[in-house]
Amino acid sequence: MTFSADLGLAYPELILAIGALVLLVFGAFAPKAARLVGWGGVLVLAAAAVQAAIGPLGRGFSGGIIADDASAFAQVAIFTASAICIPLGQRWFERRGVHNFEFPVLIVLAALGMGMMAAAGDLISLYVGVELHSLALYVLAAMHRDNAKASEAGLKYFVLGALASGLLLYGASLVYGFVGSTLFSDIAAAVHNGANTGVLFGLVFLICGLAFKVSAAPFHMWTPDVYEGAPTPVVAFLISASKFAALVLLTRLLAEGFGGAMIQWQQVLVALGLISVAVGAFAGLAQKNLKRLWAYSSIANIGYAIIGLSAGTAEGVQSMLVFMVLYMIDVIGFFACLAALSRKGRDMETLEDMAGLIKEQPGIALAMTAFSLSALGLPPFSGFWAKVFVFKAALNAGLPIAAVLGLVGSVVAAFYYLRLIKVMWFDGSVGATDKPPAEAKAIAVALALFSFPIVLAALVWIYPAAGRAAHAFGLA
Amino acid sequence: MIIGLAHYLAVAAILFTIGVFGIFVNRKNIIVILMSIELILLAVNINLVAFSVYLGNVTGQIFAMFVLTVAAAEAAVGLAILVTFFRNRGDIAVDDASMMKG
Repeated sequence: MTFSADLGLAYPELILAIGALVLLVFGAFAPKAARLVGWGGVLVLAAAAVQAAIGPLGRGFSGGIIADDASAFAQVAIFTASAICIPLGQRWFERRGVHNFEFPVLIVLAALGMGMMAAAGDLISLYVGVELHSLALYVLAAMHRDNAKASEAGLKYFVLGALASGLLLYGASLVYGFVGSTLFSDIAAAVHNGANTGVLFGLVFLICGLAFKVSAAPFHMWTPDVYEGAPTPVVAFLISASKFAALVLLTRLLAEGFGGAMIQWQQVLVALGLISVAVGAFAGLAQKNLKRLWAYSSIANIGYAIIGLSAGTAEGVQSMLVFMVLYMIDVIGFFACLAALSRKGRDMETLEDMAGLIKEQPGIALAMTAFSLSALGLPPFSGFWAKVFVFKAALNAGLPIAAVLGLVGSVVAAFYYLRLIKVMWFDGSVGATDKPPAEAKAIAVALALFSFPIVLAALVWIYPAAGRAAHAFGLA
Repeated sequence: MIIGLAHYLAVAAILFTIGVFGIFVNRKNIIVILMSIELILLAVNINLVAFSVYLGNVTGQIFAMFVLTVAAAEAAVGLAILVTFFRNRGDIAVDDASMMKG
């Protein structure tokens, strides 16, 4: 393949990289034009998403970059989610007196890393993608730098994220050593008839590192602290796009690299998924802070996605992709609601703050109700369809126990979602709330409408697209 | 005694373990955690270069270059976050990072 054909496959990433650099220089010379940089970031992400959707398919740079239906699907979803987070976050920071243009640039850089994760075909591009997105996210988490909680969140995220990268990398070095190559296709050839001990050791480290990144239990301990302390719109970004990218990367690694060792990783994934569901459901019961509560909810939801993936079939991967896309829409919407709410200039983050919200802010309270019911998995909201596909895939792959235990976890978790709805609808109001900012409210309402009823129409398109993506991973 | 691949791997494994323990056992200073992270990454580099020489294949050495570069960027970001933390708290003891619990 010629170099120019290779470059063509990497256009989405190149657009983001060049766009981020141009925006950075522009922002440095025109510090007053922070909003313009924000819109520039949205434009760059939109252009990259379009390029990912219509660009050429194939493998470039000796297999280091893969552009196929799976990477296109993931990149479109990731870049769209990132683009929504830019206006949401920038206005949120402006209201707190932080006028900086770095926020959109960092989001674009993180999206670039996530795009690389979705397109990685080699352990080196895997590592560079993971680090590129992680480094941008550490800074984003600590961006509200006069806030003691945010800097503590950034520090914790950095330390545990760096440890996760270390585990990932140690695994990558072992796999390289025992296989003799970093290419996923070469690894697949070497583990064709099951993996030897050295490779398996490396695989376990790789899975641990990525489980840290998606905050699957028992590697979840950083999640509640980081999500409580980090700025609300940044959490929306961390919880949606970054986890989706890491899950797509995990799928790519397991399906393309370690397809021959499926028997070995399937058990690990089932265990990870079920522990995550249990931890998310039970630990969430005691939480009063909504950001913390949603951190545990995200641990449980990642558990469902991993159960779908552990089916090890194209149907399982398809269910995981649909689940994550619908879940991303839910969480971004929920955190947009939180970003929109304040009372006398103070953020409303605890359960008590939400008392009687339906009388104060009916629009936002209705949106939060929709997101909670969707996360709970009540039909006809989007979360219901997501869970149906996951459990169906698990059943068809011969994992009935995983499906049943997952459902039990979902029933336990229903308690905290219903408690939030009860507090919002039936408790007495504790005082007037401030007028919600237009952009956060608009994003929240639009995404709530997506969660029901637009999802019914959108699934007609999302489901087959995820199916094509799942088949690109080469599983049966 | 001939120093073979196994010796290098053992050294790397020991360094890696020291690094991981440094993060979890250390109760004093966050700078020590940054040093432990660096130790983990260097252990990986020893692994990569040792494998690369053993296999007669340069991919591992190229990978090690990437790791070195990223480690530098990681240290820069970590120290920057540590500075904002210090400005807010006036201290960088590990036990201080405990505003959020539960």
